[in-house]
Amino acid sequence: MDTLDLETVYRQHSRQVLATLIRLLGEFDLAEEALQDAFAAAAQQWPSQGAPDNPLAWLIRCGQNRGIDQIRRRQTVRFHADELARAAEVSDTPDLAESSLQDDQLRLIFTCCHPALAVESQLALTLREVCGLTTEQVARALLQKPTTLAQKIVRAKRKIREAGIPYEVPDDKHLAERLGAVLHVVYLMFNEGYARTDGEGLIDASLTAEAIRLAELLATLLPDGDVFGLLALVRLQDARKAARVDEHGELVTLEDQDRTLWNCEEIGLGKAWLMRALGKSPAGAYTLQAAIAAAHADAPSFEETDWQDIVGLYDLLYQRSPTPVIALNRAVAVAMVEGPQAGVALLEGLSSHKAIQNYHLFHAALADLYRRAGHQEQARVAYERALSLASQAQEKRFLQKRLFQLDSGNYQ
Amino acid sequence: MKYVALVYYREQTINDMTEQQWHDLNQECIRCVENLADKGKFLAGQALQPVDSATTLRVRDGEVLMSDGPFAETKEQLAGFYLLEARDLNEALQLASHIPPARLGSIEVRPVRDLPPKD
Repeated sequence: MDTLDLETVYRQHSRQVLATLIRLLGEFDLAEEALQDAFAAAAQQWPSQGAPDNPLAWLIRCGQNRGIDQIRRRQTVRFHADELARAAEVSDTPDLAESSLQDDQLRLIFTCCHPALAVESQLALTLREVCGLTTEQVARALLQKPTTLAQKIVRAKRKIREAGIPYEVPDDKHLAERLGAVLHVVYLMFNEGYARTDGEGLIDASLTAEAIRLAELLATLLPDGDVFGLLALVRLQDARKAARVDEHGELVTLEDQDRTLWNCEEIGLGKAWLMRALGKSPAGAYTLQAAIAAAHADAPSFEETDWQDIVGLYDLLYQRSPTPVIALNRAVAVAMVEGPQAGVALLEGLSSHKAIQNYHLFHAALADLYRRAGHQEQARVAYERALSLASQAQEKRFLQKRLFQLDSGNYQ
Repeated sequence: MKYVALVYYREQTINDMTEQQWHDLNQECIRCVENLADKGKFLAGQALQPVDSATTLRVRDGEVLMSDGPFAETKEQLAGFYLLEARDLNEALQLASHIPPARLGSIEVRPVRDLPPKD
Protein backbone atom coordinates (compact mmCIF):
# COMPACT_ATOMS: atom_id res chain seq x y z
CA MET A 1 0.00 0.00 0.00
CA ASP A 2 1.56 3.32 -0.99
CA THR A 3 1.43 6.67 0.77
CA LEU A 4 -1.47 7.91 -1.30
CA ASP A 5 -3.64 5.01 -0.14
CA LEU A 6 -2.84 5.76 3.47
CA GLU A 7 -3.87 9.37 2.90
CA THR A 8 -7.17 8.15 1.50
CA VAL A 9 -7.65 5.90 4.50
CA TYR A 10 -6.86 8.82 6.79
CA ARG A 11 -9.37 11.06 5.05
CA GLN A 12 -12.07 8.41 5.06
CA HIS A 13 -11.55 6.80 8.43
CA SER A 14 -9.59 9.03 10.80
CA ARG A 15 -12.72 10.56 12.34
CA GLN A 16 -14.37 7.19 12.87
CA VAL A 17 -11.18 5.89 14.45
CA LEU A 18 -11.02 8.96 16.68
CA ALA A 19 -14.68 8.72 17.73
CA THR A 20 -14.21 5.09 18.74
CA LEU A 21 -10.87 5.72 20.45
CA ILE A 22 -12.47 8.42 22.61
CA ARG A 23 -15.01 5.81 23.75
CA LEU A 24 -12.32 3.19 24.36
CA LEU A 25 -9.78 5.49 26.01
CA GLY A 26 -12.17 7.93 27.65
CA GLU A 27 -10.34 11.14 26.78
CA PHE A 28 -10.14 13.44 23.77
CA ASP A 29 -6.48 14.39 23.81
CA LEU A 30 -5.31 10.88 24.56
CA ALA A 31 -7.46 9.54 21.72
CA GLU A 32 -6.06 12.13 19.30
CA GLU A 33 -2.51 11.17 20.21
CA ALA A 34 -3.37 7.50 19.84
CA LEU A 35 -4.93 8.22 16.44
CA GLN A 36 -1.73 9.87 15.20
CA ASP A 37 0.33 7.02 16.66
CA ALA A 38 -1.83 4.46 14.88
CA PHE A 39 -1.43 6.17 11.52
CA ALA A 40 2.32 6.54 12.09
CA ALA A 41 2.48 2.80 12.79
CA ALA A 42 0.46 2.13 9.64
CA ALA A 43 2.82 4.27 7.56
CA GLN A 44 5.68 2.17 8.87
CA GLN A 45 4.15 -1.29 8.62
CA TRP A 46 1.71 -1.31 5.74
CA PRO A 47 4.18 -0.65 2.90
CA SER A 48 6.31 -3.69 3.83
CA GLN A 49 3.74 -6.00 5.38
CA GLY A 50 0.79 -5.05 3.21
CA ALA A 51 -2.40 -3.30 4.27
CA PRO A 52 -4.70 -5.24 6.60
CA ASP A 53 -8.03 -6.55 5.31
CA ASN A 54 -9.90 -4.24 7.65
CA PRO A 55 -7.81 -1.05 7.97
CA LEU A 56 -10.40 0.59 10.24
CA ALA A 57 -10.32 -2.22 12.82
CA TRP A 58 -6.53 -2.39 12.58
CA LEU A 59 -6.19 1.33 13.27
CA ILE A 60 -8.64 1.24 16.18
CA ARG A 61 -6.88 -1.71 17.83
CA CYS A 62 -3.47 -0.18 17.24
CA GLY A 63 -4.62 3.20 18.56
CA GLN A 64 -6.21 1.59 21.59
CA ASN A 65 -2.99 -0.27 22.45
CA ARG A 66 -0.90 2.86 21.96
CA GLY A 67 -3.34 4.80 24.17
CA ILE A 68 -3.11 2.23 26.95
CA ASP A 69 0.69 2.28 26.67
CA GLN A 70 0.55 6.04 26.92
CA ILE A 71 -1.54 5.90 30.09
CA ARG A 72 0.96 3.45 31.58
CA ARG A 73 3.89 5.66 30.64
CA ARG A 74 2.49 8.69 32.37
CA GLN A 75 4.46 9.33 35.48
CA THR A 76 1.48 10.09 37.63
CA VAL A 77 -0.08 6.71 37.08
CA ARG A 78 -2.18 6.85 40.21
CA PHE A 79 -4.16 9.79 38.77
CA HIS A 80 -5.10 7.67 35.81
CA ALA A 81 -6.02 4.44 37.52
CA ASP A 82 -9.66 4.95 36.48
CA GLU A 83 -8.80 5.49 32.82
CA LEU A 84 -6.55 2.48 32.77
CA ALA A 85 -9.19 0.33 34.39
CA ARG A 86 -11.73 1.47 31.83
CA ALA A 87 -9.36 0.99 28.89
CA ALA A 88 -8.29 -2.43 30.15
CA GLU A 89 -11.88 -3.44 30.74
CA VAL A 90 -12.87 -3.01 27.12
CA SER A 91 -9.58 -4.00 25.53
CA ASP A 92 -10.38 -7.69 25.23
CA THR A 93 -13.69 -7.18 23.51
CA PRO A 94 -13.67 -3.90 21.59
CA ASP A 95 -16.98 -3.62 19.81
CA LEU A 96 -16.06 -2.75 16.24
CA ALA A 97 -19.36 -3.53 14.54
CA GLU A 98 -20.35 -0.94 11.94
CA SER A 99 -23.38 0.12 14.00
CA SER A 100 -21.22 0.71 17.08
CA LEU A 101 -18.78 2.79 15.10
CA GLN A 102 -21.65 4.90 13.78
CA ASP A 103 -22.95 5.31 17.32
CA ASP A 104 -19.49 6.47 18.32
CA GLN A 105 -19.73 9.23 15.74
CA LEU A 106 -23.10 10.23 17.17
CA ARG A 107 -21.66 10.13 20.70
CA LEU A 108 -18.87 12.37 19.55
CA ILE A 109 -21.30 14.79 17.91
CA PHE A 110 -23.60 15.00 20.93
CA THR A 111 -20.63 15.47 23.24
CA CYS A 112 -19.20 18.21 21.07
CA CYS A 113 -22.66 19.80 20.91
CA HIS A 114 -23.31 19.63 24.65
CA PRO A 115 -25.28 22.67 25.90
CA ALA A 116 -22.81 23.09 28.78
CA LEU A 117 -20.42 24.35 26.08
CA ALA A 118 -20.93 27.75 24.47
CA VAL A 119 -22.68 27.38 21.11
CA GLU A 120 -19.65 28.76 19.29
CA SER A 121 -17.46 26.19 21.00
CA GLN A 122 -19.88 23.42 20.08
CA LEU A 123 -19.62 24.37 16.42
CA ALA A 124 -15.87 24.78 16.50
CA LEU A 125 -15.25 21.57 18.35
CA THR A 126 -17.50 19.48 16.13
CA LEU A 127 -15.98 20.82 12.94
CA ARG A 128 -12.53 20.17 14.36
CA GLU A 129 -13.11 16.78 16.00
CA VAL A 130 -15.91 15.23 13.99
CA CYS A 131 -15.03 16.60 10.55
CA GLY A 132 -11.30 16.75 11.06
CA LEU A 133 -11.06 20.26 9.60
CA THR A 134 -7.95 22.24 10.45
CA THR A 135 -8.25 25.04 12.97
CA GLU A 136 -7.82 27.54 10.10
CA GLN A 137 -10.69 26.03 8.11
CA VAL A 138 -12.94 26.05 11.15
CA ALA A 139 -12.01 29.66 11.85
CA ARG A 140 -13.00 30.72 8.33
CA ALA A 141 -16.24 28.74 8.39
CA LEU A 142 -17.21 30.51 11.62
CA LEU A 143 -15.87 33.94 10.60
CA GLN A 144 -13.34 33.99 13.44
CA LYS A 145 -9.61 34.43 13.96
CA PRO A 146 -7.62 31.17 14.03
CA THR A 147 -5.95 32.03 17.36
CA THR A 148 -9.28 32.77 19.03
CA LEU A 149 -10.70 29.60 17.59
CA ALA A 150 -7.79 27.44 18.74
CA GLN A 151 -8.18 28.73 22.31
CA LYS A 152 -11.89 28.01 22.15
CA ILE A 153 -11.25 24.40 21.15
CA VAL A 154 -8.66 23.88 23.89
CA ARG A 155 -11.02 25.35 26.50
CA ALA A 156 -13.94 23.25 25.29
CA LYS A 157 -11.94 20.03 25.48
CA ARG A 158 -10.72 20.94 28.94
CA LYS A 159 -14.28 21.53 30.08
CA ILE A 160 -15.43 18.18 28.66
CA ARG A 161 -12.69 16.48 30.65
CA GLU A 162 -12.87 18.45 33.89
CA ALA A 163 -16.61 18.97 34.18
CA GLY A 164 -17.33 15.34 33.30
CA ILE A 165 -19.41 15.84 30.16
CA PRO A 166 -20.31 12.23 29.31
CA TYR A 167 -19.54 10.54 26.01
CA GLU A 168 -23.05 9.46 25.19
CA VAL A 169 -26.12 10.01 23.08
CA PRO A 170 -28.75 11.77 25.24
CA ASP A 171 -31.77 9.75 26.34
CA ASP A 172 -35.20 10.28 24.77
CA LYS A 173 -36.19 12.85 27.36
CA HIS A 174 -33.35 15.20 26.48
CA LEU A 175 -32.92 14.33 22.84
CA ALA A 176 -35.16 17.00 21.33
CA GLU A 177 -33.52 19.90 23.14
CA ARG A 178 -30.05 18.64 22.26
CA LEU A 179 -30.86 18.17 18.60
CA GLY A 180 -30.91 21.80 17.43
CA ALA A 181 -27.20 22.40 17.95
CA VAL A 182 -26.40 19.07 16.33
CA LEU A 183 -28.38 19.94 13.20
CA HIS A 184 -26.67 23.31 12.99
CA VAL A 185 -23.31 21.59 13.14
CA VAL A 186 -24.18 18.99 10.50
CA TYR A 187 -25.29 21.77 8.17
CA LEU A 188 -22.06 23.68 8.72
CA MET A 189 -20.20 20.49 7.97
CA PHE A 190 -22.06 20.17 4.69
CA ASN A 191 -21.36 23.78 3.76
CA GLU A 192 -17.70 23.43 4.54
CA GLY A 193 -17.57 20.59 2.05
CA TYR A 194 -19.86 22.25 -0.49
CA ALA A 195 -18.09 25.59 -0.60
CA ARG A 196 -14.63 25.05 0.80
CA THR A 197 -13.19 28.25 2.13
CA ASP A 198 -9.60 27.77 1.08
CA GLY A 199 -7.45 26.02 -1.46
CA GLU A 200 -8.34 25.10 -4.99
CA GLY A 201 -10.87 22.34 -4.57
CA LEU A 202 -14.31 23.92 -4.67
CA ILE A 203 -16.30 20.89 -3.65
CA ASP A 204 -15.01 18.34 -1.21
CA ALA A 205 -17.12 15.28 -1.92
CA SER A 206 -16.06 13.35 1.19
CA LEU A 207 -17.14 16.16 3.54
CA THR A 208 -20.51 16.66 1.88
CA ALA A 209 -20.95 12.90 1.75
CA GLU A 210 -20.03 12.68 5.42
CA ALA A 211 -22.55 15.39 6.31
CA ILE A 212 -25.24 13.65 4.28
CA ARG A 213 -24.34 10.33 5.89
CA LEU A 214 -24.61 11.87 9.34
CA ALA A 215 -27.88 13.58 8.44
CA GLU A 216 -29.20 10.21 7.23
CA LEU A 217 -28.02 8.52 10.39
CA LEU A 218 -29.73 11.21 12.45
CA ALA A 219 -32.91 10.77 10.40
CA THR A 220 -32.86 7.05 11.19
CA LEU A 221 -32.16 7.46 14.88
CA LEU A 222 -34.14 10.64 15.52
CA PRO A 223 -37.18 10.83 13.24
CA ASP A 224 -37.82 14.52 13.88
CA GLY A 225 -39.32 16.83 11.25
CA ASP A 226 -36.36 19.16 11.04
CA VAL A 227 -33.88 16.25 10.84
CA PHE A 228 -35.75 15.26 7.67
CA GLY A 229 -35.71 18.93 6.66
CA LEU A 230 -31.95 19.10 7.06
CA LEU A 231 -31.48 15.92 5.08
CA ALA A 232 -33.75 17.28 2.34
CA LEU A 233 -31.78 20.52 2.30
CA VAL A 234 -28.35 18.94 1.97
CA ARG A 235 -29.63 16.54 -0.69
CA LEU A 236 -31.19 19.35 -2.74
CA GLN A 237 -28.04 21.45 -2.52
CA ASP A 238 -25.77 18.52 -3.22
CA ALA A 239 -27.85 17.76 -6.34
CA ARG A 240 -26.64 21.04 -7.85
CA LYS A 241 -22.94 20.49 -7.29
CA ALA A 242 -22.08 19.35 -10.84
CA ALA A 243 -23.41 22.66 -12.16
CA ARG A 244 -21.61 24.83 -9.59
CA VAL A 245 -18.22 24.53 -11.30
CA ASP A 246 -17.55 24.79 -15.03
CA GLU A 247 -15.12 22.71 -17.11
CA HIS A 248 -12.26 25.07 -16.13
CA GLY A 249 -13.02 24.63 -12.46
CA GLU A 250 -14.56 28.10 -12.21
CA LEU A 251 -17.49 29.01 -10.01
CA VAL A 252 -20.92 29.22 -11.68
CA THR A 253 -23.69 31.11 -9.88
CA LEU A 254 -27.20 29.74 -9.60
CA GLU A 255 -28.27 32.20 -12.28
CA ASP A 256 -25.82 30.84 -14.87
CA GLN A 257 -25.93 27.16 -13.95
CA ASP A 258 -26.73 24.58 -16.61
CA ARG A 259 -29.78 23.04 -14.97
CA THR A 260 -29.55 19.88 -17.05
CA LEU A 261 -26.48 19.07 -14.93
CA TRP A 262 -28.54 18.98 -11.76
CA ASN A 263 -28.87 15.49 -10.37
CA CYS A 264 -32.59 14.67 -10.83
CA GLU A 265 -32.36 11.53 -8.79
CA GLU A 266 -30.92 13.39 -5.83
CA ILE A 267 -33.48 16.18 -6.22
CA GLY A 268 -36.13 13.45 -6.03
CA LEU A 269 -34.56 12.13 -2.83
CA GLY A 270 -34.41 15.62 -1.36
CA LYS A 271 -38.04 16.36 -2.22
CA ALA A 272 -39.16 13.05 -0.74
CA TRP A 273 -37.45 13.96 2.55
CA LEU A 274 -38.99 17.43 2.32
CA MET A 275 -42.47 15.88 2.04
CA ARG A 276 -41.79 13.83 5.17
CA ALA A 277 -40.49 16.95 6.93
CA LEU A 278 -43.54 19.00 5.97
CA GLY A 279 -45.74 16.21 7.35
CA LYS A 280 -44.62 17.31 10.81
CA SER A 281 -45.58 20.85 11.76
CA PRO A 282 -44.56 23.48 12.51
CA ALA A 283 -41.94 23.53 9.80
CA GLY A 284 -38.44 23.98 11.24
CA ALA A 285 -35.71 26.25 9.94
CA TYR A 286 -34.05 23.53 7.86
CA THR A 287 -37.38 22.41 6.42
CA LEU A 288 -38.02 25.99 5.26
CA GLN A 289 -34.58 26.23 3.69
CA ALA A 290 -35.19 22.89 1.99
CA ALA A 291 -38.48 24.25 0.65
CA ILE A 292 -36.54 27.20 -0.81
CA ALA A 293 -34.02 24.82 -2.38
CA ALA A 294 -36.92 22.78 -3.80
CA ALA A 295 -38.44 25.92 -5.34
CA HIS A 296 -35.13 26.47 -7.15
CA ALA A 297 -35.00 22.81 -8.15
CA ASP A 298 -38.48 23.06 -9.67
CA ALA A 299 -37.75 26.21 -11.68
CA PRO A 300 -36.92 25.73 -15.38
CA SER A 301 -34.68 28.83 -15.27
CA PHE A 302 -33.46 31.57 -12.93
CA GLU A 303 -35.98 34.07 -14.34
CA GLU A 304 -38.89 31.62 -14.17
CA THR A 305 -38.25 30.90 -10.50
CA ASP A 306 -41.17 31.52 -8.16
CA TRP A 307 -39.37 34.36 -6.34
CA GLN A 308 -42.55 35.48 -4.59
CA ASP A 309 -42.83 32.04 -3.02
CA ILE A 310 -39.17 32.18 -2.04
CA VAL A 311 -39.54 35.60 -0.39
CA GLY A 312 -42.48 34.20 1.60
CA LEU A 313 -40.37 31.26 2.75
CA TYR A 314 -37.53 33.60 3.74
CA ASP A 315 -40.02 35.68 5.73
CA LEU A 316 -41.01 32.57 7.72
CA LEU A 317 -37.37 31.62 8.10
CA TYR A 318 -36.39 35.06 9.34
CA GLN A 319 -39.19 34.92 11.92
CA ARG A 320 -37.71 31.68 13.25
CA SER A 321 -34.05 32.65 13.14
CA PRO A 322 -33.40 36.35 12.53
CA THR A 323 -29.76 36.13 11.45
CA PRO A 324 -27.99 38.61 9.14
CA VAL A 325 -27.13 35.84 6.66
CA ILE A 326 -30.82 34.92 6.24
CA ALA A 327 -31.64 38.62 5.89
CA LEU A 328 -28.96 38.80 3.18
CA ASN A 329 -30.50 35.93 1.20
CA ARG A 330 -33.97 37.35 1.69
CA ALA A 331 -32.82 40.71 0.31
CA VAL A 332 -31.49 39.01 -2.82
CA ALA A 333 -34.86 37.29 -3.35
CA VAL A 334 -36.73 40.56 -2.74
CA ALA A 335 -34.55 42.18 -5.40
CA MET A 336 -35.75 39.56 -7.88
CA VAL A 337 -39.38 40.46 -7.16
CA GLU A 338 -39.20 44.21 -6.59
CA GLY A 339 -36.04 45.18 -8.47
CA PRO A 340 -32.39 45.67 -7.49
CA GLN A 341 -32.94 48.99 -5.69
CA ALA A 342 -35.22 47.32 -3.13
CA GLY A 343 -32.51 44.75 -2.47
CA VAL A 344 -29.83 47.43 -2.13
CA ALA A 345 -31.93 49.26 0.47
CA LEU A 346 -32.31 46.07 2.53
CA LEU A 347 -28.59 45.22 2.30
CA GLU A 348 -27.49 48.73 3.24
CA GLY A 349 -29.67 48.35 6.33
CA LEU A 350 -27.73 45.21 7.24
CA SER A 351 -24.26 46.66 6.85
CA SER A 352 -23.96 47.62 10.53
CA HIS A 353 -23.85 43.94 11.59
CA LYS A 354 -20.29 43.13 12.57
CA ALA A 355 -20.53 39.50 11.52
CA ILE A 356 -21.52 40.54 8.02
CA GLN A 357 -19.04 43.36 7.47
CA ASN A 358 -16.24 40.86 6.80
CA TYR A 359 -18.42 38.36 4.97
CA HIS A 360 -17.34 38.43 1.32
CA LEU A 361 -20.69 37.16 0.02
CA PHE A 362 -22.46 40.15 1.54
CA HIS A 363 -20.29 42.56 -0.44
CA ALA A 364 -20.54 40.38 -3.55
CA ALA A 365 -24.35 40.40 -3.33
CA LEU A 366 -24.40 44.14 -2.72
CA ALA A 367 -22.05 44.69 -5.69
CA ASP A 368 -24.30 42.60 -7.90
CA LEU A 369 -27.36 44.62 -6.97
CA TYR A 370 -25.55 47.95 -7.47
CA ARG A 371 -24.50 46.74 -10.91
CA ARG A 372 -28.04 45.75 -11.82
CA ALA A 373 -29.33 49.07 -10.53
CA GLY A 374 -26.79 50.84 -12.79
CA HIS A 375 -24.55 52.18 -9.98
CA GLN A 376 -21.22 51.22 -11.58
CA GLU A 377 -18.93 53.04 -9.17
CA GLN A 378 -20.58 51.65 -6.02
CA ALA A 379 -20.58 48.21 -7.62
CA ARG A 380 -16.83 48.47 -8.20
CA VAL A 381 -16.12 49.43 -4.57
CA ALA A 382 -18.25 46.55 -3.27
CA TYR A 383 -16.70 43.99 -5.67
CA GLU A 384 -13.24 45.14 -4.58
CA ARG A 385 -14.23 44.79 -0.92
CA ALA A 386 -15.60 41.29 -1.60
CA LEU A 387 -12.39 40.42 -3.46
CA SER A 388 -10.22 41.52 -0.55
CA LEU A 389 -12.23 39.32 1.84
CA ALA A 390 -12.63 36.20 -0.32
CA SER A 391 -10.14 33.45 0.44
CA GLN A 392 -11.09 30.86 -2.15
CA ALA A 393 -9.24 31.00 -5.48
CA GLN A 394 -12.37 30.36 -7.58
CA GLU A 395 -14.33 33.04 -5.79
CA LYS A 396 -11.48 35.50 -6.25
CA ARG A 397 -11.30 34.77 -9.99
CA PHE A 398 -15.07 35.03 -10.27
CA LEU A 399 -15.04 38.44 -8.59
CA GLN A 400 -12.11 39.60 -10.74
CA LYS A 401 -14.07 38.58 -13.83
CA ARG A 402 -17.04 40.62 -12.62
CA LEU A 403 -14.78 43.63 -12.03
CA PHE A 404 -13.28 43.27 -15.49
CA GLN A 405 -16.74 43.05 -17.07
CA LEU A 406 -17.73 46.14 -15.14
CA ASP A 407 -14.68 48.05 -16.43
CA SER A 408 -15.13 46.95 -20.02
CA GLY A 409 -18.80 47.86 -19.80
CA ASN A 410 -19.93 44.62 -21.40
CA TYR A 411 -21.98 43.39 -18.52
CA GLN A 412 -25.69 43.89 -18.85
CA MET B 1 -17.77 12.57 40.50
CA LYS B 2 -18.50 15.24 43.06
CA TYR B 3 -20.12 18.48 42.03
CA VAL B 4 -20.99 21.60 43.99
CA ALA B 5 -24.23 23.32 43.10
CA LEU B 6 -24.05 26.96 44.15
CA VAL B 7 -27.47 28.52 44.59
CA TYR B 8 -27.82 32.18 43.65
CA TYR B 9 -30.83 34.44 43.72
CA ARG B 10 -31.69 38.07 44.32
CA GLU B 11 -32.26 38.37 48.01
CA GLN B 12 -34.81 41.04 47.22
CA THR B 13 -37.00 38.36 45.61
CA ILE B 14 -37.03 36.52 48.94
CA ASN B 15 -37.63 39.71 50.92
CA ASP B 16 -40.66 40.41 48.74
CA MET B 17 -42.19 37.02 49.55
CA THR B 18 -45.09 36.56 51.94
CA GLU B 19 -44.38 34.51 55.02
CA GLN B 20 -46.40 31.67 53.57
CA GLN B 21 -44.40 31.69 50.32
CA TRP B 22 -41.13 31.71 52.27
CA HIS B 23 -42.36 28.85 54.44
CA ASP B 24 -43.41 26.84 51.38
CA LEU B 25 -40.07 27.41 49.68
CA ASN B 26 -38.17 26.20 52.74
CA GLN B 27 -40.35 23.10 53.02
CA GLU B 28 -39.74 22.42 49.35
CA CYS B 29 -35.98 22.71 49.90
CA ILE B 30 -36.18 20.26 52.81
CA ARG B 31 -37.99 17.75 50.59
CA CYS B 32 -35.43 18.31 47.83
CA VAL B 33 -32.58 17.49 50.22
CA GLU B 34 -34.43 14.40 51.51
CA ASN B 35 -34.97 13.25 47.96
CA LEU B 36 -31.34 13.66 47.03
CA ALA B 37 -30.21 11.98 50.25
CA ASP B 38 -32.53 9.00 49.65
CA LYS B 39 -30.90 8.49 46.25
CA GLY B 40 -27.44 8.76 47.78
CA LYS B 41 -26.73 11.93 45.83
CA PHE B 42 -26.58 14.44 48.67
CA LEU B 43 -23.17 14.59 50.37
CA ALA B 44 -23.48 17.93 52.13
CA GLY B 45 -25.13 21.28 51.80
CA GLN B 46 -26.44 24.30 53.65
CA ALA B 47 -28.57 27.33 53.10
CA LEU B 48 -26.80 30.57 53.99
CA GLN B 49 -27.82 33.68 55.90
CA PRO B 50 -28.22 36.79 53.70
CA VAL B 51 -25.09 38.55 52.40
CA ASP B 52 -25.42 41.39 54.89
CA SER B 53 -24.27 38.83 57.48
CA ALA B 54 -21.11 38.16 55.46
CA THR B 55 -17.61 39.19 56.43
CA THR B 56 -14.84 39.03 53.85
CA LEU B 57 -11.23 38.64 54.87
CA ARG B 58 -7.89 38.78 53.15
CA VAL B 59 -4.41 38.12 54.44
CA ARG B 60 -1.84 40.61 53.21
CA ASP B 61 1.72 40.72 54.52
CA GLY B 62 0.65 38.43 57.32
CA GLU B 63 -2.09 40.80 58.38
CA VAL B 64 -5.73 39.77 58.39
CA LEU B 65 -7.85 42.43 56.72
CA MET B 66 -11.58 42.26 57.18
CA SER B 67 -14.43 44.00 55.50
CA ASP B 68 -18.16 44.00 55.94
CA GLY B 69 -20.23 42.28 53.27
CA PRO B 70 -19.67 39.79 50.42
CA PHE B 71 -16.46 39.73 48.34
CA ALA B 72 -18.28 41.27 45.40
CA GLU B 73 -21.53 43.05 44.80
CA THR B 74 -23.46 40.93 42.32
CA LYS B 75 -26.94 41.00 40.89
CA GLU B 76 -27.72 37.63 42.44
CA GLN B 77 -26.29 36.59 45.78
CA LEU B 78 -24.97 33.25 46.96
CA ALA B 79 -27.75 31.73 49.04
CA GLY B 80 -26.63 28.15 49.63
CA PHE B 81 -24.72 25.20 48.32
CA TYR B 82 -25.11 21.49 47.70
CA LEU B 83 -22.31 18.94 47.43
CA LEU B 84 -23.66 16.29 45.07
CA GLU B 85 -22.50 12.88 43.96
CA ALA B 86 -23.21 12.32 40.27
CA ARG B 87 -22.10 9.97 37.53
CA ASP B 88 -21.29 12.84 35.17
CA LEU B 89 -22.22 16.42 34.35
CA ASN B 90 -25.53 15.36 32.79
CA GLU B 91 -26.65 13.76 36.03
CA ALA B 92 -25.34 16.67 38.11
CA LEU B 93 -27.30 19.13 35.95
CA GLN B 94 -30.38 16.98 36.13
CA LEU B 95 -30.16 16.81 39.95
CA ALA B 96 -29.47 20.54 40.20
CA SER B 97 -32.51 21.31 38.07
CA HIS B 98 -34.67 20.05 40.96
CA ILE B 99 -33.22 22.52 43.47
CA PRO B 100 -36.24 24.79 44.12
CA PRO B 101 -34.48 28.19 43.85
CA ALA B 102 -33.45 27.25 40.28
CA ARG B 103 -36.86 28.76 39.41
CA LEU B 104 -35.99 32.03 41.15
CA GLY B 105 -32.32 32.55 40.36
CA SER B 106 -29.42 30.51 39.05
CA ILE B 107 -27.59 27.35 40.02
CA GLU B 108 -23.92 27.21 39.15
CA VAL B 109 -22.72 23.62 38.87
CA ARG B 110 -19.00 22.98 39.20
CA PRO B 111 -16.98 19.80 39.52
CA VAL B 112 -14.82 19.64 42.63
CA ARG B 113 -11.07 19.58 42.17
CA ASP B 114 -9.13 16.95 44.04
CA LEU B 115 -5.94 18.29 45.54
CA PRO B 116 -2.81 16.40 44.50
CA PRO B 117 -1.50 13.75 46.91
CA LYS B 118 0.40 15.03 49.90
CA ASP B 119 4.16 15.16 49.35
